[in-house]
Amino acid sequence: MSEKAVSTGKKPLFQDFKAGEFFQKYTMIIALVVVTIVFALWPGKNGLILQPANVTGLIAENGYVFVLATGMLLCILTGGNIDLSVGSVVCFTAAIGCVMMASGANMWLTVLAMLAIGLAIGAFQGFWIAKIRVPAFIATLAGMYAFRGFSNVVLNGYRVDITNESFLQLFGNGKTSFVPDFIRQNAPGLDAVFTKDNAFLSGLIGANYVAKFNVTCMCIGIVGALVFVLLRAHKIRQQKKLGISQSVPAQVVSTVLIAVLTLWITFKLSCYRGFPMVLIWIGLVLGIYAYITTKTAIGRHLYAVGGNEKATALSGVKTRNVYWFAYANIGLLAGLAGILTAGRAKGIDPVYGEGYEMDAIASCFIGGASAYGGTGKVSGMIIGAILMGVINKGMIIVGVDANFQKVVKGIVLLIAVMFDVLSKRQKR
Amino acid sequence: MAKILLEMKNITKTFPGVKALDNVNLQVEEGEIHALVGENGAGKSTLMNVLSGIYPYGTYEGDIIYNGQVCKFTNIKDSEKLGIVIIHQELALVPEMTIGENMYLGNECGHKYAINWNKTYSEADKYLKMVGLEESSKVQVKTIGTGKQQLVEIAKALAKKAKLLILDEPTSSLNEEDSRALLDLMLSFKKQGMTMIIITHKLNEVSYVADKITVIRDGATIETIDNHGKEPVSEERIIKGMVGREITNRFPKRENVKVGPVRMEVNHWTVHHPLYPERKVVDDVSMYVRQGEVVGIYGLMGAGRTELAMSIFGQSYGVNFSGELKLDGKPVKMRKSEADAIKHKIAYVTEDRKGNGLVLSQSIKVNTSLANLKAISSNTVIDGDKEYAVAEEYRDKLKIKTPSVEQLVGNLSGGNQQKVLLAKWMFAEPDILLLDEPTRGIDVGAKYEIYCIINDLAAAGKCVVLISSELPEVLGMSDRIYIMNEAKFVGEMKAEEATQENIMAAILRSGRGA
Repeated sequence: MSEKAVSTGKKPLFQDFKAGEFFQKYTMIIALVVVTIVFALWPGKNGLILQPANVTGLIAENGYVFVLATGMLLCILTGGNIDLSVGSVVCFTAAIGCVMMASGANMWLTVLAMLAIGLAIGAFQGFWIAKIRVPAFIATLAGMYAFRGFSNVVLNGYRVDITNESFLQLFGNGKTSFVPDFIRQNAPGLDAVFTKDNAFLSGLIGANYVAKFNVTCMCIGIVGALVFVLLRAHKIRQQKKLGISQSVPAQVVSTVLIAVLTLWITFKLSCYRGFPMVLIWIGLVLGIYAYITTKTAIGRHLYAVGGNEKATALSGVKTRNVYWFAYANIGLLAGLAGILTAGRAKGIDPVYGEGYEMDAIASCFIGGASAYGGTGKVSGMIIGAILMGVINKGMIIVGVDANFQKVVKGIVLLIAVMFDVLSKRQKR
Repeated sequence: MAKILLEMKNITKTFPGVKALDNVNLQVEEGEIHALVGENGAGKSTLMNVLSGIYPYGTYEGDIIYNGQVCKFTNIKDSEKLGIVIIHQELALVPEMTIGENMYLGNECGHKYAINWNKTYSEADKYLKMVGLEESSKVQVKTIGTGKQQLVEIAKALAKKAKLLILDEPTSSLNEEDSRALLDLMLSFKKQGMTMIIITHKLNEVSYVADKITVIRDGATIETIDNHGKEPVSEERIIKGMVGREITNRFPKRENVKVGPVRMEVNHWTVHHPLYPERKVVDDVSMYVRQGEVVGIYGLMGAGRTELAMSIFGQSYGVNFSGELKLDGKPVKMRKSEADAIKHKIAYVTEDRKGNGLVLSQSIKVNTSLANLKAISSNTVIDGDKEYAVAEEYRDKLKIKTPSVEQLVGNLSGGNQQKVLLAKWMFAEPDILLLDEPTRGIDVGAKYEIYCIINDLAAAGKCVVLISSELPEVLGMSDRIYIMNEAKFVGEMKAEEATQENIMAAILRSGRGA
């Protein structure tokens, strides 16, 4: 086996740039960009997908996918195990929540109850998987049937609506579910600046949007991008100091790309209604779990169990608890997804949540998680989920037949995993 | 003189970096039982793999002449067509299938598109009777014992119309009674004109059944001994051929050996097999290790060495434990938990580094810290810089050859992987290290470096238990040697008094006594 010499880190920045390696590492980002451009340039639908309303819609509609896929990623890391029950658990927790609020329960109590029920369900299924060693596929298939049934029972077969306005504002998707523009509210003078007549701003923002431009949202984006760039710069510098030299140019390119993308998205959001509440929850979940998977011992255990369970057990790690953690955790996140789903739909129907598990699973695999476990990142999963969302939205915009849309999704999944498998085979 | 059925002429087989077979010659007469003996890794199995076409024609040099014809096998099917059938050491049966299904697996009888089950089962029953099995061929394989499963393997070979039967350690997983029955079966086949090659470590079996004995050592044929004299060939005579090599300077010298008090003591330790709880894999073993001492445990494969070490390490193998474990003179009640063992400062470095030791899809850094994440994290949050520094330190200390500790372990050579495994357990800061075959499958240079690390560990006051099936390694490295055979300790020797001959003799004595 040959050990390829990796650069020593003292070379000029771009000397060790390897195009092949870069494309292999960032295949899905490139695919995302290409797909977006294709839809944006679609004849007759020019630029429609990049319209502010559509960008906002893309995030708000896919909130549950991000949340569920995060939980799913942790399960998949432990060895390609999936959780089929999340769609039903989403519906069940949402049903309980809606019924509670309909009978006048306090909103925060309801939210806590929904999260707790999700966690309890996850822990229960985790018990069978981790302690009794029922295969995850079967244990969660059972959960999928059972909790769909329970949802029907709780809802008595009918839809239940939510009338609690503050719940809808915090977790929903309507006109009010956006972070208010504090800055413009507190600085009324800005209204005079953001007008069509201001040639500079209307040129920059676009004449149609300048009057309602959400300054607070844009500021959140700018601060966010700055913090991200600073953190990455710190990390790269740290790596150089320690002599770890992963491909620095590739990291610089990806950092710039992500920062620009963040700015671009928040710009689009600012042009519409501002920063969606849902995005706060998504951001929190993604941030917390990116940290857990990369920086904590339990995160390390997830990867280790998926990579080699026996070796991990012999290293003194209680592997059963690792499985249990992964499944209890996805239950908790299913509870959160239930909150978001109910908020978006302003109520719950007994059929809501069907197929959610598959969207989550697909996002993870498209995002580069290994079907055998042990590899996969939150960042990859995000790209996978966005790619799925863009394809969904794009197909609706360009008018692909609704039945045919699933065919396209299937093909995308197959191609994505094929790339993953092939690129790994080359290495061996 | 009978007709020569098989002749292997000047077989040379090279793997990248290793010459596994060097000009090996083997002649087998029709109707004889020919034994092939040699130490682990001497090249016996490689030779048989060449013969059966697992290593196809063209990947080796030399000729195989079978029935007077030069053969060029490209796969197992080719050799089986001529009646050369190999029965591997590990049973290759599907437990959930019936005996009949197993016997004709890949060789189904009947029409191309429909299996003729009546014919399958009636034929299978016929062959089962030939090997003395009463069971119906419609019985699931998992319901019969290992000894009978071995007979099914033989029946399966007969069903392939075997003329030359090769048995690779057929008795390694059998008890005394089943072994004897199997050997008698071989003798009765011989009477019917079957030719057989048997590979075995058990020399008493060799002198019982074999007509001729070929000794292989370090990939070369040493001699062929005729077993037809008035007296059966003595086992000492065979051993001399097997181990007759000089130990040169392959082991680093240990200086200033300072042996301290007894740190670990194991008394009357008995462990049962996890799947067959009636079988003892470790039987009433007692041992102790002193501070700064390297204690060797020698035994052939399957003697129970790994089982002993793993059962001491947090009962990670086996069931129904009995016996006592003392650390620093105090009895320790250890639960069935690897974490507990690590807490008690015991480390077990596995013989199977890829299967049980390393997470190949992760970096050197991640593997190094895995058994002691606590040391580099606070409140379960990992300090990345500290982890990196630790990995670098061990990379330096153990001379792990890699461009970076971020390199995936799967991309490293065997020797370097072994060093990462050692690094992982050294970082767990144990007092007692159980090293299971620490030099298996790595090249001579890396072996020497591993030996140096072992000596350093002992010099630093650690207790090292070195488990090995390589006699020279045990002799060259240990201060004291325990000899293990068939789940029992059958001897203990100081390094000064141990020789290859008296260690082998201890094993043989125990085998005969049983």
